[in-house]
Amino acid sequence: MNPKPLTPPVAGSRLLMSGNEAVARAVWDAGARVAAAYPGTPSTEILETLAFYPDIYAEWSVNEKVSLEVAIGASLAGARGFCAMKHVGLNVASDALMTLTLTGVVGGLVIAVADDVGFSSSQNEQDSRYWGRFGHLPILEPSDSQEAYAMTLEAFALSETYNTPVIVRMTTRVNHVKCLVTVGERQQHRVADSFTKDPRRWVMVPGNAQHHVPKMLARDKALAAATLSSPFNRLEPGSDTHLGFITSGAAYMHVRDVFPNAPVLKLGFSHPIPIELVRQLSEKVEKLVVVEETEPLLETEIKAHGISVHGKDLLPANGELSPTVLRKNLAPLLGQTAATDPNIGQQPALEVFPRPPTMCAACPHMGVFYTLSQLRNVNIPGDIGCYTLGAGHPWKSLDTCISMGAAMGVALGMDKARGAEDENKRIVAVIGDSTFLHMGMQGLLDIAYNHGNVTVLLLDNRTVGMTGGQENPGTGRDIYGNPAPRVDFVKLVEALGIAPDRIHVVDPYQLPVLFKTLRQETKTEGPSVIITNKPCVLIDHYEALKPYEVDASLCTGCGNCVEVGCPAIHVTRREKVIKPSGKEVELAFVNIETTACTGCGLCLQPCAPKAIIHASTSKPATAGMVTAPGESQ
Amino acid sequence: MINNNRIVNILVVGVGGQGVMTASEILCDTAISQGFDTKKTEMAGMSQRGGVVSSHVRFGSKVYSPEIARGEADILVAFEAAEGMRWCHYLRPDGVAMINRLHLEPPVVSLGLYPYPHHPVEEIRKQGIRVHDFDGSAIALKLGDKRLVNTVMLGAISENLPFSPELLKERIVERFRIRKPALAELNALAFDHGRAAAR
Repeated sequence: MNPKPLTPPVAGSRLLMSGNEAVARAVWDAGARVAAAYPGTPSTEILETLAFYPDIYAEWSVNEKVSLEVAIGASLAGARGFCAMKHVGLNVASDALMTLTLTGVVGGLVIAVADDVGFSSSQNEQDSRYWGRFGHLPILEPSDSQEAYAMTLEAFALSETYNTPVIVRMTTRVNHVKCLVTVGERQQHRVADSFTKDPRRWVMVPGNAQHHVPKMLARDKALAAATLSSPFNRLEPGSDTHLGFITSGAAYMHVRDVFPNAPVLKLGFSHPIPIELVRQLSEKVEKLVVVEETEPLLETEIKAHGISVHGKDLLPANGELSPTVLRKNLAPLLGQTAATDPNIGQQPALEVFPRPPTMCAACPHMGVFYTLSQLRNVNIPGDIGCYTLGAGHPWKSLDTCISMGAAMGVALGMDKARGAEDENKRIVAVIGDSTFLHMGMQGLLDIAYNHGNVTVLLLDNRTVGMTGGQENPGTGRDIYGNPAPRVDFVKLVEALGIAPDRIHVVDPYQLPVLFKTLRQETKTEGPSVIITNKPCVLIDHYEALKPYEVDASLCTGCGNCVEVGCPAIHVTRREKVIKPSGKEVELAFVNIETTACTGCGLCLQPCAPKAIIHASTSKPATAGMVTAPGESQ
Repeated sequence: MINNNRIVNILVVGVGGQGVMTASEILCDTAISQGFDTKKTEMAGMSQRGGVVSSHVRFGSKVYSPEIARGEADILVAFEAAEGMRWCHYLRPDGVAMINRLHLEPPVVSLGLYPYPHHPVEEIRKQGIRVHDFDGSAIALKLGDKRLVNTVMLGAISENLPFSPELLKERIVERFRIRKPALAELNALAFDHGRAAAR
């Protein structure tokens, strides 16, 4: 990506926008000066889009905590500041958040948090609305892109009015859904022209910080009053008063679809809960149902006020809600057993093989995991990125994935707690470049400082791969594609305490070298780092080589190349044979999809009969897979 | 042709990298040009890594949920045969499945962990579903680029929509004229071939 400033669509334009694009436009329209994020599905496109807007500073931060701190700095300087992150990112940023809620803001400060409800690309599922309760913050919950636009704008105003950071809580079905949005005009907005020194406000030592707590608690009351009159909280009348719904976020749309005639309390400014509005609805209907993703937060609070509601007794407390789920799970309340509409298909799902995400043809990680799969007696703590796929078939060579950077600490803990059976086990921790810079460096420092017997494989593919190839301090380019200082990983890990003779840079396509280096380093006591140095095949300067094909007359069906895991290699025929030893083996004869092969040469190396040869006629394939714009994580 | 008064649900499915999302974006674009309220959503977890992509397109006078409920799709457009099988239960009883006969085997099939269905199109037909199947990828390759398959598939469904095939074709060509002018005419041709193949 190489964003050049665009001419933003004029005010009043009606455009098909994702929730992420709508938030970006609102941040710009709000006159914000600074926007920061670390990429993370499903929030990534917010900053990607903002990088195209003129007259606003956007950055990829090294992690979410830093992105929030950058936004705090902007606010203190008197301007509006913004940061975006996925749900797990706010865990990282929460240290700053929980004190920011005491200091308050100068320029409006808005945090867009994207909850990956339904696990499209995350290690857990969290309900970020909890942060509103934990941090005494207002929560806004858009249901579609137009609301994402309007609520983000309003969030800046609320932030300044109530002297608080504001969370715009989104979910995948808001971030990535595209619908029509009418955009407004950019405001020129600054609260102050300079930072005002005020240690009692900004220096959060105990003596100062404790005085802010009563102010924060008073703010809770003011916000509770504000939610009662907010235009984002509305009671929609309905003719069928059998069921009334209280709902927020994407779930509102499903409710409207399935129950078009029901009264609905639509909560957009959902925390603090406008309980009087709930009471008003409860007087109008026979039964109340709370439909929220994912945890029963509104439900619990409503019940605490003595109002009886249905909610998670009928609906799931994890995963996405949908019209299908509502229709099925709420049927008992309507005295129905199941949907019987003749216009709705009732076919069962057919059984089809799974299609798990896989590494791209020629991915530099493939050789790494092929090599790891050949090593015996090794435990492999892993991390978060494309290389987490190394846990899958055929490599099955990654043993853990916990959180960003966790491979380092997990490896060290495994080393220090070895049981008798693990005494001779090697520990190889695997982490990518961007994850290492995000939160892995500290873990490696800990390994070095505490004499860990760990070999770290630092897979430097020079991009944030899984989220679609963003820049980071290891790529040498900033969010605009402009040159930026590139981290020197060798010097960095040496500075963290790894001995220079224990740091190796290897080409991950040279399997024998990789294998030898890994074996040698894991056999030696003390920490070591092996850095692989080939770029992701999806980034723009990857150059495809001449593709290969299989000479069928030479292929012996040994299947070694299949173990490399390349999606361009297909088994054409299987055959069971009895070896002279009497052992039965299954042979797998293969071909190579020449249009997908980019000639990396990994599969040649384990091929004993040399049956893999340069393709005779085909032209080189396009680098990586063919993808449409935006078809990324 | 689908009647104009209710929400039209089109489910476009395939494998990451086939251009499913571009195809559904063009459908949205065309629906919007006709004054329809329009929404589009994907379940594309890690799609760039060869996973399943399913894109929901809904348009009508007012669309709430972006998701097509199970059993309510009017048209299923499958860029790959087994993906057609995976999603065909989303069709209404009178829905239509437009299937590209292409078979794309993922590594888990190559590794022998799962079988690829012998006749995916027949399996769909056995469900009592109205199926049009043809080799859209062969058409695309013959025209010079397998990536043309999304335009071929749009051509194939163009006579089942509440707007004219010419209109859809014009939106595709216009899109390419702006982004990649060299490919505009080729896509017009791909559209016509797809349209003819589905007749």
